[in-house]
Amino acid sequence: MSTSDTTPLLEVEGLVVRYGKRLAPAVDDVSFTIARGQTVGLIGESGSGKTTIGRAILGLVPVDSGRIVFDGRDITRAGAAERRALRGDLRAVFQDPYSSLNPRSPIGRTVAEPLRVAGLARSAREGRVRDVLASVGLPAEAAQRYPREFSGGQRQRIAIARALVTDPRLVVCDEAVSALDLSTQAQVLNLLADPRAGADLGYLFIAHDMAVVEFLAQHVVVLYRGRVVEQGATADVIRAPRDPYTRALMAASPVPDPDEQARRRDTWRALRAEAKATA
Amino acid sequence: MTVSTTSIVRPARVERPSLVRRILRSPLALVCILWLVGLVLASLTAPLWLHDGPLEQDLSVVMQGPSAAHLLGTDELGRDMLSRLVTAAAPTMLIALITPVVAMLVTIPVTLWAARTARAESVMNRVSEIVLSLPGTVIILAFIAAVGTDMPLVMAMFGLLLFGAMYKILFGQAASLHRQLFVEAAAIDGVRPMTASIRHVLPNMSETVIVQFVLLFGVGIGMQAGLAFIGLGPQPPEPTWGGMIQSASKFIFQQPWMMVPTGGILALTIIAANVLADILSGGVAVPPPLISLRRRRPSADAADRTSAAEAASAPASSADASSASTVAASVADRELVVRDLVIGVDGGPALVTGVSLRVAPGKVLGLVGESGCGKSVTSYATLGLLAPGLSVRSGSIRWGALDLATADEKALQRVRGHQIAFISQEPTRSLDPMFTIEWQLVAAIRRLRGVRRAEAKAIAARLLTDVGILDVPRVLGSYPHQISGGMAQRVAISLALAGTPSLLIADEPTTALDVTVQAEILDLLRGLIAERGMSVVLVTHDLGVVADLCDDVAVMYAGQIVETGTVRDVLMRPEHPYTMALLAADPHATIGGADPVRLASIPGQVPAPAAWPSGCRFIDRCRFAAAECASAVPLEPRAQGLGAVRCTRRDAVAGREEEWLAPAMVGGDA
Repeated sequence: MSTSDTTPLLEVEGLVVRYGKRLAPAVDDVSFTIARGQTVGLIGESGSGKTTIGRAILGLVPVDSGRIVFDGRDITRAGAAERRALRGDLRAVFQDPYSSLNPRSPIGRTVAEPLRVAGLARSAREGRVRDVLASVGLPAEAAQRYPREFSGGQRQRIAIARALVTDPRLVVCDEAVSALDLSTQAQVLNLLADPRAGADLGYLFIAHDMAVVEFLAQHVVVLYRGRVVEQGATADVIRAPRDPYTRALMAASPVPDPDEQARRRDTWRALRAEAKATA
Repeated sequence: MTVSTTSIVRPARVERPSLVRRILRSPLALVCILWLVGLVLASLTAPLWLHDGPLEQDLSVVMQGPSAAHLLGTDELGRDMLSRLVTAAAPTMLIALITPVVAMLVTIPVTLWAARTARAESVMNRVSEIVLSLPGTVIILAFIAAVGTDMPLVMAMFGLLLFGAMYKILFGQAASLHRQLFVEAAAIDGVRPMTASIRHVLPNMSETVIVQFVLLFGVGIGMQAGLAFIGLGPQPPEPTWGGMIQSASKFIFQQPWMMVPTGGILALTIIAANVLADILSGGVAVPPPLISLRRRRPSADAADRTSAAEAASAPASSADASSASTVAASVADRELVVRDLVIGVDGGPALVTGVSLRVAPGKVLGLVGESGCGKSVTSYATLGLLAPGLSVRSGSIRWGALDLATADEKALQRVRGHQIAFISQEPTRSLDPMFTIEWQLVAAIRRLRGVRRAEAKAIAARLLTDVGILDVPRVLGSYPHQISGGMAQRVAISLALAGTPSLLIADEPTTALDVTVQAEILDLLRGLIAERGMSVVLVTHDLGVVADLCDDVAVMYAGQIVETGTVRDVLMRPEHPYTMALLAADPHATIGGADPVRLASIPGQVPAPAAWPSGCRFIDRCRFAAAECASAVPLEPRAQGLGAVRCTRRDAVAGREEEWLAPAMVGGDA
């Protein structure tokens, strides 16, 4: 590999994405980097452009201006063939575990798809699928079964297995746990936190809830209406948020402690009143 | 998005049988296939078993009815009708196949291409509209005038003309499949767009394609017969179904019988194709019988239940009986008291067993637990809105003087909306996309409050102001899809307030919303509760929402209540291992505190209703489980505070919630 270890895994520079010429840009001049093996949380409310950024990195929406550099390679306008050349280094887990798996395709086939595209032999594919399913806590015979036979949490683990099957360098997780129950959400968060410890694997974790990001990410980027309002080390941002929007976002996230929650609610109300006064 | 328990009782809607199984299961489908295939086989082998050739004339027996020599009679030239009909069958049906084959071969690739690229879509939309607007019959006739009566070519041309209609049918489905995440996932996998279409989109369309194919086959047969009827087809004396119908129509007054076998075979074949298409489509066109079945509330059943309950309570001591009746009588106005509620699938397992709840006026009760624990079913029962196939088996839901579990539809209608209202997880579902917000609000207000239109409009505007909407006139004039999710939930709440209810059932009202919007909605609900003295049953799996809004909490697991108490007791001093586990699994619980290395993960899943253990239902997932947990566990008073806990080992597990954070290990605590 020609790139040195100091090159960031992903560099997003001045990214602008518009869905229509007349509309305000969905993503407006966003820049951030992800170091090797780092998890970055991208946080904001719906309409803040966080999902669009993830989709632009994955090549699912066209970029208007700016640069996306993955592992030293400019992939801003990479076509299907160039993306194939990344050979599974860049992968994704989506929010909805129900529509992200083809209902007509057995799990094993879905998980093995990128390996098939890469031209791996059938026997090697089957071995790899078995290993990756085991690593997300699913039995080997799950490969023959169909998505409808699994619960939401299990499906999301299958989606993670599909992302990890190629041994990627970066996984974009778009609200990967927000559709799940508390206990399954915890299972999936633990799973995402797990391989990170050893492997050289980075995550871009897109969420609307600070608590989830705090659990996983070392670095956090706060978005509001397509722009970055604050970014920094997660601990710093959480301890001393500088932007009022970040403060409001944190105060809006409810905690299962009635007294602490009452304090948060008051903070949130004060911030909202302040925001209304300035508006 | 959580999976509702009610899906358990409707496996047919979650998982439909495969096409092959659907055919094998239906005797009618087998008859249809037998007819179509048998006719072709009989026709192809006709020279081997027919003793009269299709062209053999016998002028001594013209236009005769059925006889032993001629089973279906003879035509005007004394030719055997059976022989002519059967001989014509194979060419007719095989050539008719050309129409759907051509139509699909052209339409499917074009549709998949158009669904992939926006430019192709706009071009193909125009093309299909042009093709649709062409007068098909005129073009076919002109085509015949130009190339002659070469039937395969004519039917291929007909298939081409059907492109417009087929494209319209297939495109919508292909486009929505293309928006599915699994197609995007395939793109990330590096699958080429065309391969993705073939591997991921087409298989999911196969049902529609097969059904349309069979339908077009029937259309092709009809078209051929029509053309032969007006003399444009294989020329006489070659037998054709259309030609035979034409000659039968010429002699309809001399020998009406001739029309019976000719028309009959054509009609039966087309009907067979259509019936087959209907069975293949699996009755998709039939709407689910939700509404009609919900209305069904057999009073006999209710009476049975009451008398059974009376019979059961009869042997009890008189003291017991009197205390029970005083409890029943003491349910205050605007108070909800659920007692020993059992809800089950008709002819199946129980989903909720022995749930008791009490919601005093002005109080908020949180009903928490994972998906599949019976929270939603319990809340639906309080509105008499159980899904078809579910019913209350025993127990009572007392609302003031009324028992909602046994009340008839009329009594329920007086309660629903007027006294008890409902807001759901997906606000857009409670709004009809065809009507403006104003129309829907006004209709609800007029129905629930019995006021005039003008007054209802004023009330609608006031309600929207109450739920914190600033730009009321604009929202009133909007359609549901024009407003955001948070705004839609506000509108749904205002709709729930249309009847000035005193109890609100809120099923995951903020789960689908962002934290920022959630905070707004929670603030709104809090204000409404304080202002109107409303009580709320809040179904949720978010413990933070519970902490924000609730006075009391009931934790449900596998159809049972496992812990109840005030919000402070349950969240700060949980006594049931399940409650402890839920708290330890919540990333919010640790925010700002020590850096969490991992969250508690409860191993396994909530067991399905039919598979509940006989003792403690949490036994298989509980890290504190021991031998004594295998026997049934009663609800007993909490160690601290008011409420109850259902755990045999609650003294042994007290204060050990931290242990849930250790890596999963079940039943390790001996």
